[in-house]
Formats: sequence, structure tokens, C-alpha cells
Amino acid sequence: MWVRSTLAYRTSFVLMTFGNFASSALDFVALLLMFSRVHALGGFALPEVAFLYGTCSLSLGLADLAVGNAERLGARIRDGTLDTLLLRPAPVYAQIAADRFALRRLGRTSQGLLVLLWSTGRIEVDWTPGRILMVPLTVVCGAVIFGAVFTAGAAFQFWAQDAAELQNSLTYGGNALLQYPPTVFARDLVRGVTFIVPLAFVNWLPALWLLGRPYPLGLPPWTAFLGPAVAALMVAGAALAWRCGVRAYRSTGS
Amino acid sequence: MLYMAVAAGSFRRYATYRAATAAGIVTNTVFGFIIAYAYLALWDQRPHLGGYGPAQALTFVWAGQALLAVAMIATGGLSELQERIRSGDVAVDLYRPADLQLWWLAADLGRAGIQLFGRGVAPMAVGALAFPLALPGDPLTWGWFLLSALLGVVVSFALRYLVALSTFWLLDSSGLAMISGLSGMFFSGMVLPLRVFPDGLSDVAQLLPWAALLQVPADVLIGARTGGALLRGLAFQAAWAAALLALGRLLQSAATRKVVVHGG
Repeated sequence: MWVRSTLAYRTSFVLMTFGNFASSALDFVALLLMFSRVHALGGFALPEVAFLYGTCSLSLGLADLAVGNAERLGARIRDGTLDTLLLRPAPVYAQIAADRFALRRLGRTSQGLLVLLWSTGRIEVDWTPGRILMVPLTVVCGAVIFGAVFTAGAAFQFWAQDAAELQNSLTYGGNALLQYPPTVFARDLVRGVTFIVPLAFVNWLPALWLLGRPYPLGLPPWTAFLGPAVAALMVAGAALAWRCGVRAYRSTGS
Repeated sequence: MLYMAVAAGSFRRYATYRAATAAGIVTNTVFGFIIAYAYLALWDQRPHLGGYGPAQALTFVWAGQALLAVAMIATGGLSELQERIRSGDVAVDLYRPADLQLWWLAADLGRAGIQLFGRGVAPMAVGALAFPLALPGDPLTWGWFLLSALLGVVVSFALRYLVALSTFWLLDSSGLAMISGLSGMFFSGMVLPLRVFPDGLSDVAQLLPWAALLQVPADVLIGARTGGALLRGLAFQAAWAAALLALGRLLQSAATRKVVVHGG
């Protein structure tokens, strides 16, 4: 229904999709401008950084497309419209995720996909079937991890309604982080996003395995395949947080 | 006097959004760290890129995070005014014995004032603790920086007011607002300092109004603009502010002639 309603305003839809494409392309333009001045960043050449950029941008785009609207939960709690959703005979989470489903977010997804395709042709990888399979697996696991972060961030709004921006630091901030190679960052920061909020499994670990580069923390190579396990754990955690949030919810005025 | 009251009211209003401010500070700080490390890697390869040293480049990053919310660099338009124009409520505003443009300018300055304390100081302080920044030692330079930042807010407002007024003709100006916000991100120096851009693009970008939002204030802060260059920078900002406010005034009088309120 939301798809049809946004398609009704055709000009606005085209403009917004273009804007969505351009806003995520801006990050890549910044990378291109940087590489017009240097040949390598943290020891990584442009195609390799573009591969990192493409994988995390596509993952975030897919997660945002599917459940990104959950961030509107805080607004719904404030104005009391969440109660309507609770009364309907459908899971609240599904309703929240589908709320104002924004097809224009295909802008980011397609931009990430373009950069990913461009870079896979240029990085030096011996493409065995296993390695080819690793690329879509990385993207899907990454999308699930980002989706779990979106969900946990939405659940947090049951307690702090105004703090919708907080999850941006992990989702869009995570995207900004993961587009650069881990060698750029301080060890403690890399440790934090590997062990505390395991964003590194979105693309750093699998991509560095594909590129045949060591991970700065000296983790064994098999950790590159932990993506699905980490994603499952994150989903379990986010589901738990969501459940607690719904249980703790008291409507405004009561 | 009336406009002072509007500014003070706006200041107090934004002071009540505490959780949102805290969330914004965290987000600005996280982005500050990420970009700071990326710039360190960049300046490690080219130590004098854009005429900045590494400490100056890092200070540029944190100045950007501090001013992002204050000068609303990534935001195009004034969503509240756009909504009032779309719904027709603006007719009430036009009846008030106050000028529409000055009213919204006063409100925006009040908002910028509280956000300078709320979202400007905290990320900058964290940045100064975590990285070796090139912050000025003498209070006079801080004064020039604040003046430059204020002029930046006025230029930003003048641009956003133009976008908001376009609602009189477009009815839905969210697309234009988005494009305008993107231009702000790119041409203010937020994604990369304008001096680091390729030569031709760099020269053009430094003449556009968005340079007044971040590039000029940041250059004042890090000591890349002193003496004559400092005065030229401030004059550049003041000229854009005056020109854009005047354009807004022209557009406003055209719009108010056009407006037809339902019911006569």
C-alpha cells in the first residue's frame, strides 16, 4: 500500500530516489576525491576500498529498505498511535517495519550494488566458486546484522523516545567506518567493533579473507566464516530487546 | 525587541529536547572519530595536503562535527515553515505585525545558540581530549571564529529560507530541500575540506555560498586565515548573507502577492 501511495507522486518519488542515490554516492565521491590525491589508504588501493564500500553500503541499504522505518517508533509512542498497531491482529514488529515502506531507499541499494560490481572486476582475487559464493553471503549476513541493530535501536526507544538518532551512530556510522580498511583505525576501536558490537563481521573479516590480507587483530582465518553465526546471535539479542520493550510499554496517559 | 523574544523562545524550546541532544552528541562524536582516523591516514600519505598539517586537518574534522547541527549544514529548507505554507497556516503568520523573514531568522538564531552549547562544545571537547588538535591559544581568534560561525548560520538560514519559500509554488518542496542539503554537505567542506578538492573544483567551490558554512569558519579556527585573509573571509560571508537575504525578501514579496487564502 505504501509502495502504491509513494508511486502516486511520481515526480517526488523520482527526486527522492535520486536524492537517496546521490546522498549515498556522496560518500563514494569523497573516497574518489581522496584517491585523486593518494594511491593507497592504510595500505589499501582504490578497488579494495571500493569493495569494502560496496559490500557494507549494499548491506545497509537492504537492511534500511526492510526494517529502517522501525526508527519511527519513538514518534508513534509520543503521539500514541502505537496503540492502534497493538490492537490489530498482526505482529507489531511486522507492522512497524512495513510502516511507510519507502521504496525510494532502493537508491542506496542500487548505488552500493554498482560500486560492488565495479570493484569485483578490479580486485585481484582468484575467483573459485567458494569465493564467489562468499560475496552474496557477506552481503546477506551484513544486512541481517544491520537489521538487528535497527531493531535494537527501535526497541531502545521504548525507554528513550527522543533518542532515534542514537542508532544512526551504529548504522550510518558503522557504514562510514566499514568503508575504510581496518588498518586506518586505532586498535581499540577495531577491538570494539569486533568483540563488543560485532560490526566487523558485516564486511571487514570476510572481505579481508577474500583479499588475502591479515586482519589487524591477528584473528585466525576461520573467523571470516563466522558471519552467519554472528548474525543469528545479533538477531536473537535484538528480538529479546524488542520483546522486553513491548512488555515494558505503557501507553501515554496511563 | 520582539525578535529577541522570538529568539529566546526558540532557545528555550530546543533546550528541552535533552535526550535528542544527547543522542546527537554521541552521533557527532562517533562520526568525528571515524573521519579523524580516515584523515590521519590521508595526511600520513600526503603531509601537507591542502596546505594543512595533520593537527589542522583533525581540527577541521571536529569543527565540522561541531557546526553540523549549529549551521544545519546537511539540512535544506525549514520543515516547519514549509508545512505551514503547504497547509495554509502561513496566512496567519502574514497577518502578524512582524516580518516573516526576520521572525524565522530570529527563531533560527535562537536554535543555533542553544545547539552551539549542546551539540557544538561537547564533540569538540572529546575530540580535543582524544587527538592533538590545533586549537587557537588566544581568545581573539576564538572571537573571530564565533563571529564567522554566526555569519555561517545566517548564510545557511538565508539559503534554507529560499528553499522554504519555494513551497509557495511547488507545494511539496521536500525534493528540493534534499538536493539543497546534499549541496550543503558537499560544497561546505563537510565531506572533504574544499582546499583538498582537485584544483579547478576547489576554486569554484570556495566561491559558492556553502563555503561560508564550514570552510571559512574552520579556516579561521585552525589559523589558516589570518590578517587580510581573515577579513576577506568574513567579508565573503557577509556579502553572501546580504545577497541571499535580499533575494529571500524579493521572493517573499512575490509569494505574498501570489498567496490566495481559501474563503477570500
